Amino acid sequence: MADRTYRLGVVPAYLALLRGQARSQASYRTSFVVDLVGNVGATVFDVLTVLVLFRVTRDLGGFDRTEAMVMVGLSSAAFATADLTVGNIERVRQYVRTGLLDAVLVRPLGALPQLLLMDLPVRKAARSLFGIGVLVTALALADVSWTPGRVALAVLAPLAGVVFFGSIFVATATLSFWWIDSGEVGSAFTYGGRDFTTYPMTVYSGWFRAVFAYGLGFGFVAYYPALALLGRADPLGLPAWVGWLAPGVALLAAAGAATAWRVGVRHYRSTGS
Amino acid sequence: MGSVTATVPPPISRNIILWFRTFTAIAGSGFRRYSTYRQATLAGAFTNTVFGFLRCYVLLAVAGGAGGIVAGYTPAQLATFVWVGQGLLAVVLLWGWTDLAERIRTGEVASDLLRPVHPVVSYLATDLGRAGYALVTRFVPPVLTGLLFFDFKLPDRWPTVPLFVLSVALAVVICFGCRYLVNATGYWLQDVRGPMILWTLGSGVLAGLYFPLRFLPDWILVPLWVATPFPSLLQTPLDVVIERDAWPVQSGMVALQLAWAGLILLGCRTVQRRAERRLVVQGG
Repeated sequence: MADRTYRLGVVPAYLALLRGQARSQASYRTSFVVDLVGNVGATVFDVLTVLVLFRVTRDLGGFDRTEAMVMVGLSSAAFATADLTVGNIERVRQYVRTGLLDAVLVRPLGALPQLLLMDLPVRKAARSLFGIGVLVTALALADVSWTPGRVALAVLAPLAGVVFFGSIFVATATLSFWWIDSGEVGSAFTYGGRDFTTYPMTVYSGWFRAVFAYGLGFGFVAYYPALALLGRADPLGLPAWVGWLAPGVALLAAAGAATAWRVGVRHYRSTGS
Repeated sequence: MGSVTATVPPPISRNIILWFRTFTAIAGSGFRRYSTYRQATLAGAFTNTVFGFLRCYVLLAVAGGAGGIVAGYTPAQLATFVWVGQGLLAVVLLWGWTDLAERIRTGEVASDLLRPVHPVVSYLATDLGRAGYALVTRFVPPVLTGLLFFDFKLPDRWPTVPLFVLSVALAVVICFGCRYLVNATGYWLQDVRGPMILWTLGSGVLAGLYFPLRFLPDWILVPLWVATPFPSLLQTPLDVVIERDAWPVQSGMVALQLAWAGLILLGCRTVQRRAERRLVVQGG
């Protein structure tokens, strides 16, 4: 059996991993449904939170509800899709601690793809669809004067956001190679990043905004692309073309995350448990 | 030989001093157990602090957009609400407690039932010890950080301080009870992931972590506050400490917490008794 898998190449091996996951999840049907509801619910509550805030104010950081919802849509579509595709990587923390990562590393397959396939998050798919739905609705309700450029940006920006959040997931996961009990530190940047990008950047200020928006690059996920789509000048003074930097920033983040991952795996010493 | 379980009265006479000593000893061991997770504590305090900044800026912008005061909160009250809330999050421990569910799954819960202390009491004592440790390590850092960067609303009336302490203690007990009930579904279900997810999902929003519940319209707010334990977990202690209401309402909210704490603990005891009747521990 092992022989045959080897001959057929690595693709069937990955497919076998994926099938195994699908089978194991299908055997707990109720749990699967609850998982699905829970996952969609989390994103629904995030969006509802913004709507509740706009119940008590008409203006958030100089933006009205329809404008802010474009940012919410960009952020949740990108985050949910990134979570669907690479969010599993968060589990590396447990794998390092329990020593399961050793088993992953000795197999003749790539460590990163294996880890991503060790959980099949079908339950997260609905959440991603909901995020995309919010984005489409927000863009339809907002008064966007569509040009070919803006149509391209409306497609490119969420994709760039997916790559960016995916990179953040991978980069924060590598932390556990150095710091085994890093616990929730990663969430400050993954879920924290999602919260940061959900709101217009003008609500934050000082060094905190500088670090998250420009230092870590979160400003280019939703805020600047949304300004470019809405045709609004940046209250913080950057020129209009900055919205188009999103794909570049995402690629830069991906390169950084890939490097961090490679260095991390090499640095890995088994915990021996 | 007759079996001794928690539901069967223990063959020792009730001695309140002895009982209290046992309780504090278990609480002390809870404190010590959690004090060994130093790195995870540091990581958690860091994350709470980052979220403190995020939520504080957003709520201050909401107040700014609404012209200063929003839903009866001044900006200083909102900042205090957010930062004290970030500190309390780990003290009441909304998320991530699966000890009981794990022990039910592995069958280790059998040894809990053999002890002469009721499982609800012994888990509660451990949890109070844990909360005491969290009060020192997880409550203080975010609150101090918040104080450093934002204007706080400090209590004007002295009774607010003891009332807040009482309210936090009750919030810990209520939250423990809710977590115990969620974990106890493990006696009936193979996999507690479902109830756990629903709890995680509901508790954050409904307890007032993401936004003060007073932002909601009254027809949602009032039933939520009276008929569910969620606002008692965070919103009540926070509204108490920032003096959102005059003292009669303030103490009324804490009285409501007291009622919920009693109700939930009673619920835990009932559920535990019913669970023990059907529990079959697998394996040898």
